[in-house]
Amino acid sequence: MAKNERFSDPRYGPAERQMAESLVEIERQMLEEEAGEECDCKDGMFPGLTRRNLLAGGAALGGSLLTAGQGRADAPPGAVEYRVQPEPTKEQGRTILDDGGYGSRSQFESEVRWRYPTASLDSSWSMTPLASGHGIITPSGLHFERHHAGIPAIDPRTHSLTLHGMVDQPMRFTMDDLQRLPAVSRMHFIECSGNTLTEWTEPTLKTVQGTHGLTSTSEWTGVPLSTVLRMAGLQDGAAWILAEGADAAVMTRSVPIDKAMDDAILAYAQNGEALRPEQGYPLRLLLPGFEGNTHIKWLRRLEVSDKPFMTREETSKYTDLMPDGTARQFTMEMDAKSVITFPSGAMRLPRPGYYEITGIAWSGRGKVETVEVSTDGGETWEQAALEEPVLSKCHTRFRLPWVWDGEEAVLQSRVTDETGYVQPTLEELVNVRGTNSVYHLNAIQNWHIAPNGEVTNVHA
Amino acid sequence: MFTREFCIILSAALVAGHSSAQQSDTEEVPRTSAEVPERLPETGERAPESPPQSSAQTIENIDADAFVFGVGQPATPEEIAAIDIDVMPDGTGLPEGSGTFAEGEQLYQEYCAACHAEDLGGISDLGAARLIGGRGTLDSDSPVKTVESYWPYASTLFDYVHRAMPMDAPGSLDADEIYAINAYILGRAGILDEDTELNAETYSEIVMPNVDGFVPDPRPDTQ
Repeated sequence: MAKNERFSDPRYGPAERQMAESLVEIERQMLEEEAGEECDCKDGMFPGLTRRNLLAGGAALGGSLLTAGQGRADAPPGAVEYRVQPEPTKEQGRTILDDGGYGSRSQFESEVRWRYPTASLDSSWSMTPLASGHGIITPSGLHFERHHAGIPAIDPRTHSLTLHGMVDQPMRFTMDDLQRLPAVSRMHFIECSGNTLTEWTEPTLKTVQGTHGLTSTSEWTGVPLSTVLRMAGLQDGAAWILAEGADAAVMTRSVPIDKAMDDAILAYAQNGEALRPEQGYPLRLLLPGFEGNTHIKWLRRLEVSDKPFMTREETSKYTDLMPDGTARQFTMEMDAKSVITFPSGAMRLPRPGYYEITGIAWSGRGKVETVEVSTDGGETWEQAALEEPVLSKCHTRFRLPWVWDGEEAVLQSRVTDETGYVQPTLEELVNVRGTNSVYHLNAIQNWHIAPNGEVTNVHA
Repeated sequence: MFTREFCIILSAALVAGHSSAQQSDTEEVPRTSAEVPERLPETGERAPESPPQSSAQTIENIDADAFVFGVGQPATPEEIAAIDIDVMPDGTGLPEGSGTFAEGEQLYQEYCAACHAEDLGGISDLGAARLIGGRGTLDSDSPVKTVESYWPYASTLFDYVHRAMPMDAPGSLDADEIYAINAYILGRAGILDEDTELNAETYSEIVMPNVDGFVPDPRPDTQ
């Protein structure tokens, strides 16, 4: 194909044409080298960077290009350390796609998940750095994790989902099958019901990541669970469905069939791409508003029954012990909860002045209706602005302008959801539940601001 | 300029060449990661993903409104049996086999004691739970939740040991071994006579001390 035909007018202007042509040329030369040239990257230093490559790109030659693209070991996770240009307006930036075609974050951004120091490295949890979060979406690489037996690496080509039990036609779906079915995309939070569990009796962890980092929001895409249940045909009396994962814990939870038929999703994608392995690649169950443990990852099996299965995770764990010695079971819905993420624990406000208080609120029973903020430990409350979109069973961002006068202050946020439920104080929770129920602590969080600007986790 | 990618391709080729040379007398190691999408001729664009191919054998009678998509396939009884491992409180799912306290004592030493301790008290530094004791503590300030004091159904113990224990070789115990280990744990918990042989029938008759200890979710509870 002649050059002038390939990128013809009027779709390509002169500049676009030149750029497209040079890309094609670069590619042609790269492919030629790939095919025929002796590799010069054996010493591992500046792999693939021959003078010819550089010339082919028509890019500016120089030392900068040699360092560009070379990730250094001390770059933050998920970033590549590039040479910082003293005057970025005076030289060309690094070349396009030298990241291989999948980008990385800025080398100047370093927030990471933090693993709670459990004894076991296989069974543990890592928490989202909420303090540095913006908006309502959690980056996939910062979504909190809870694992009971490590993170399996599963080949989607051999993974399948088997649906059996009280159905007319037991069925098996490959990942390809599931991706052929009508899909939905929904934004929902997942919160571990153990979120905040360290804070029942005294302020324990210092940061909002430690106290509240077991909640994250993503856009999830997949097949409504109701679709495959209708395909298989639910039998009369079907009341519960067992969801089972393909990890070494072979994690199992019983889910009420009403939830399965309502808004449950067999999710294969998160934030526009396939699930992350830590989030259940290639398939997880999503039960909007339900405690995180029920969102079975690496989902391999669904069994319909008339009774719950009484698995370990719904008897021995994830049950809430009350002061009278009984334990609440199947406490699935996450109560409405909110937390101020800025300012928050272990920060230090540099000086009195204007600050925007911001945080997130969510409810497992629907939308956030209002969020109120107090700067005087709950004496007086002011309504915060809710950032759109306000979605059901999804993080909602709230903001309130604040002028800190340099005096001692205690910041709180209090959410009311669309059912009218109001986030309780810790005292109200403890009055009903005592301090041994472990899970479902959704109390109002207090951040104390000292006159020197230090922010600490306190109980009011 | 594709330079990193170029190198990655070449490095991968080098590594692959190296390892295949090493393993020349064995089978070729299958690729366990995806290839970067191939390039289309002429323009060099990256090829899109192929449309997923359904495993269904027939495309007849498709009616999306009636949830008939011609997608997926019937699961065979063999396929289901291969992964249908759950055990329910009424004994559904308990496999054939049997085991005794005495057999379990030996097996416990071999497979369990390293983490759950000789005295079944657990080793918290390993994250391994205490298995027995704690009866009568659930309404105290320091409740001790164990298989003995807290777990409402013995079926859960069989189910969990079968699917997830021991930690270093989950799913490796056979039915006889699990019956025996459970006979030992439940015997040490004072729930089972030490001379009871556990099998599918005797197992479903076990009544756990805390069977009535669980209540439905009453929330919202603070308004």
